[in-house]
Amino acid sequence: MLSFTLALGAPTPTRRRWFGRLAEAWALPLLALTAALVAFGAFIAAFGVNPLAAAALIWRGAFGTWFSLQNTLQKAAPLLLTGLAMALPARAGLMIIGGEGALVIGGLACAVIGPALAGFADSAGGALMAQTLMLACGMAAGALWLMIPGALRHWRGVNETISSLLLNTIAIAVLNQLVEGPLRDPMSLNKPSTTPLSPALMLGHVPGLSVHVGLAFGLILCIGAGVLMQRTSFGFATGINGGNPRAAQMVGIDVGRLILIACALAGACAGLAGATEVAAVQGSATASLAAGYGYSGILVAFLARHNPFAIIPVAVLLGGIAASDGLLQRHLDLPDATVAVLQGFVFIAVLAAETFSGRLRLWRGGRRDG
Amino acid sequence: MNASGAASLEVAAMSKRFGANIALADVAMRVPAGTLHALLGENGAGKSTLVKCIIGSYRADRGDVLLDGREVVINGPRAARALGLGMVYQHFTLVGGMTVAENMVMARPDIPAIVNWRAERRALEDFMARMPFRVPLDRRVSTLAAGQKQKVEILKLLYLGCRFLILDEPTAVLTPTEADEVLRFLRGLVAENKLTVLMITHKFREVTAYADAVTVLRRGKLAGAGAVRDLTPETMAAMMVGTTLAPARADREPARGQPTRLAIQALCATRDDGLLALREVSLSVGGGEIVGIAGVSGNGQRELVEVLAGQRRAAAGAIRIDDQPFRFTRAEIRRHGVRCLPEEPLANAGVARMTVAENLALRDFDAPPLAARGIWLDRTAMRAAARLRIADYAIRPPDPDAPLGSLSGGNVQRAILARELSGEVRVLIVANPCFGLDFTAAADIRARLMQARNHGVAVLLVSEDLDEIQELADRILVMAGGRIAYESSAAEADLAAIGMAMAAH
Repeated sequence: MLSFTLALGAPTPTRRRWFGRLAEAWALPLLALTAALVAFGAFIAAFGVNPLAAAALIWRGAFGTWFSLQNTLQKAAPLLLTGLAMALPARAGLMIIGGEGALVIGGLACAVIGPALAGFADSAGGALMAQTLMLACGMAAGALWLMIPGALRHWRGVNETISSLLLNTIAIAVLNQLVEGPLRDPMSLNKPSTTPLSPALMLGHVPGLSVHVGLAFGLILCIGAGVLMQRTSFGFATGINGGNPRAAQMVGIDVGRLILIACALAGACAGLAGATEVAAVQGSATASLAAGYGYSGILVAFLARHNPFAIIPVAVLLGGIAASDGLLQRHLDLPDATVAVLQGFVFIAVLAAETFSGRLRLWRGGRRDG
Repeated sequence: MNASGAASLEVAAMSKRFGANIALADVAMRVPAGTLHALLGENGAGKSTLVKCIIGSYRADRGDVLLDGREVVINGPRAARALGLGMVYQHFTLVGGMTVAENMVMARPDIPAIVNWRAERRALEDFMARMPFRVPLDRRVSTLAAGQKQKVEILKLLYLGCRFLILDEPTAVLTPTEADEVLRFLRGLVAENKLTVLMITHKFREVTAYADAVTVLRRGKLAGAGAVRDLTPETMAAMMVGTTLAPARADREPARGQPTRLAIQALCATRDDGLLALREVSLSVGGGEIVGIAGVSGNGQRELVEVLAGQRRAAAGAIRIDDQPFRFTRAEIRRHGVRCLPEEPLANAGVARMTVAENLALRDFDAPPLAARGIWLDRTAMRAAARLRIADYAIRPPDPDAPLGSLSGGNVQRAILARELSGEVRVLIVANPCFGLDFTAAADIRARLMQARNHGVAVLLVSEDLDEIQELADRILVMAGGRIAYESSAAEADLAAIGMAMAAH
């Protein structure tokens, strides 16, 4: 154990080492991204498509115009929250991939409470209260949902990745069952959905943009989570458990409580994403609530190395890639799964880059002092 | 190799470097045939590297190996064995589920596709008859004691026609009695000129009792060599460390008879595989005394320390501190001043990817002054506090922002010790604190433990090094088979009885 730990910048001057670690934190993901783009370029070149043309279209579709930028932000909004749903338990040492399920459950809760509050739609104050209540219910439902894999892991040793994955399936099944059955709005003939929310209760846009307030929620929560993790003693304790649970036990940290809180916060974020999807975009819960935002959130969190602050640029990047989907399809006649292919390349490249973390000669000062 | 009888070995101008680290620089060594030669040196001195270069596991950058006066090129352990050169490692390379006979046959380089077991057994029995020591051929290796396993390892190599045997810390996992048996066994073979032995060790007692000559390495270079009868432990230690400066020592102050602080009552605990590791262990430690638990590893010591560190739940029994039930919460730990230095500190007591400063703050990050109102971290204060401790305990490199995982084992140990000995300490649980450390660092840590004891801390010291326990403890206990098998004050301790208690299974 002692001999073969690879050094992370050993006996070199402090500033070079600090610079080295910082450079490593940014350079590796950027290198990975570049590698993924090159691989994607090769992939579509095999289809006879000019990769440079595709690159230009991706740029235009993502960030090129004011319209596409807003489109990007719209797509990034749920990713901010589902990214947190993966990153927060990951900091605590749990690999929970249940963002999709928590999102669905949160959206469902919102869609159930919403129609019941239609009476409050009259007054402005009442509407605000009703909206707050809807979102709070969504967050609470998501929180409870994601506490399940955490509790199972801590008290019964159940692998949290598997249990959260299976809970996703359960949540989607519950969604479909309820939406097509007991909660179905009799007016929705073609596409089963729950009773639509009264328009006065729908969430509005961020002032100045035509993007719904979910974006603001996401930004605020990412910054809040970042502050929580890096500046508070709770975040510190979480990092201890994530780094070495035995050390956390030895210093008396209440690991069970910590896990439950981290999972609850994560679930609340995903639940809020679902509630926002219902209350700002769709107006009701349908089968398309399970659109894969939760799974994209996993990718966002890993790319951001589970750092809540870094989730913001990463979500915007992935939102941009998703937003350029339409342009790629229309102009280059590529199938709609093409963007998913690019996402897949990015994911693999970033995970592969992780294995190089700390080993590249540029940031190593040589073997550590004996 | 057709020659039989002991072989001689000579190493000339051997050098090896790993990147920027010079592990060996121009080392020369002569081991005449039919002698027992000890290789001494601190951790990191290059003993293991030298031996691995000889046996062919590493390729030396420069240097020659002469076997029986002729230069040989050894490509790997198998080629070494063909030349009659064998090595016994610290960790047994036997297959536990197989019998002794099967292990010995398996080690042969030329096993036929279908083994004629009757012929093999006969050959083995003939061979055993010629050895001064026997091991039952049909016992499964997992049922053997460590000393017997060690003998099987040695016999295995002798069976293969080994003429030069290299041993890496052979007595580390043996009781004192077993250690003497094995060394006497080897000494006998050496005296009959059947074998030459090169032994890596750090125990002076073994060197003076059994070795003919000694080679001392320091920082990859030859620091000294000579016949054992011409050297004393002090001169050998001076060669190892490079100075004749006496290491730090703290004197034992007279015991003041303080009340019991740590009381363990009928503690039972299971191992990970479900077997009972602690069987109703009861002991108590008072303030200002060091209670030492001796014993060969694997007898429940690890589980005992894990339970006391809150990393393993007890199956039965009670732990009381200051006569109150202890529940391992952070508040209780703080109130009673309970600290712990477990073995393998990087794996058990630290977070490798966090910085040294953060690791040093693990006990007090959630209270002022390191956290305003217990919530908002003050990293500047954390770093400043860390710098003080880094300086006090000579942690290298002295950078509070270095990840703990990038420090060497000794420095990790110092960092964890620095954290655990800071603040209000009243109960201290320590396990093998000097394992893998060099001479000076080990002496420094022992001095600090003695200082803590003198200041009134109740210290429970679990150690596999009997010398350490004898040096430090006020009371000595022996743990064997999950029970306390022996208990007495240090003054009245009977070494023979301790050795016997350690061997009990």
